Amino acid sequence: MTDKAKQYLELFLVFFKLGAFTFGGGYAMIPLIRNEVVSKRNWVEDEEFMEMLALAQSAPGPISLNTALFIGNKRMGFKGGLVSGIALIIPSFVIILIIAMFLVKFKENAVVERVFKGIRPAVVALIAAPLYMLGKSANVNKKNIWIPIVVVALVAFLSVSPIYIIIGSIVLGLLHFLYIKKIHKR
Amino acid sequence: MTIFQLYISLFLSFFKIGLFGFGGGYAMLPLIQYEVVDAHDWISVADFTDIVAVSQTTPGPITFNAATYIGYNAVTNQGFSTSLGVIGSAICTVAVSLPSLIIMTLIFIFFSKLKNNVWMQSALSVLKIAVVGLIASAAILLIDDYNFIDYKSWIIFGAIFIASLKKIDPILLIVIAGVTGVVLY
Repeated sequence: MTDKAKQYLELFLVFFKLGAFTFGGGYAMIPLIRNEVVSKRNWVEDEEFMEMLALAQSAPGPISLNTALFIGNKRMGFKGGLVSGIALIIPSFVIILIIAMFLVKFKENAVVERVFKGIRPAVVALIAAPLYMLGKSANVNKKNIWIPIVVVALVAFLSVSPIYIIIGSIVLGLLHFLYIKKIHKR
Repeated sequence: MTIFQLYISLFLSFFKIGLFGFGGGYAMLPLIQYEVVDAHDWISVADFTDIVAVSQTTPGPITFNAATYIGYNAVTNQGFSTSLGVIGSAICTVAVSLPSLIIMTLIFIFFSKLKNNVWMQSALSVLKIAVVGLIASAAILLIDDYNFIDYKSWIIFGAIFIASLKKIDPILLIVIAGVTGVVLY
């Protein structure tokens, strides 16, 4: 096997492993990705990894995929990104497909239905619990807490598509910047 | 609706989800729910909650789990065969990943310029705060008669909420909640 093929294979195996064994998605995956690509393999320096992570979080799409694409690109160019991304996705694709094919029959089982009755409110709690910490790390304070409140009112209660929220937020951020720039000019 | 029309509208919806899905998994949930439950009625809120539950107990990013599951069910629920359903899964997964592939490749090329770009930082300043609201909406949208059937549901909710704040492993919490369900119901 050529060196290049070996490097592609290594990229594939690292991200396949991450896709197959990390539960909880994005934020739970970050320390594991870091362990693989910074500590174990030294593919990127820690500082660059943190900068890259900031961009992966600001871009749209799943954070884990964005990180995989970035590391792959850094290692082996566009094809490297492609290999990493595909490797990350394959395990969940296969697992969920199997579940999707059998869950319908499975759910008709009385015991399974009771299991799900317990799990459903727990799912909501698991989404709600990290909110406080997330708010803190996003610098939500007394001055800007109206923003998430308005978002909740529009999305959860008035069924507004989140796409408008995203576009509106970007426009608002840019307008705010222009406004500050104008004040500084005076 | 022919199978091709369905594939095209699945592709467009999931491309949109990938393109506007800022803030990662949970923040993307209201957008996914809006597209597949409200706008297209491909699956019910009940099915949507169950796929979130399954996603939390299986490995891999929640967005891909949702794309695979919804792609399969949207096709088979319309009466098409299971093999067409598998293709539906693949289409949704590719569609939700494409925007990331394009955008991250561009970001990689312009990395050094984008890192400290004031325009980009200001464009994201409000968005970062709004994402917290999107995640809160994801939780609120799932509070309905199907997920909360009686007072016992609220007790489970409260207990898991507190346990989660104490940093107990979410997979363990899902298992405990499932066992509690069998005992209580």
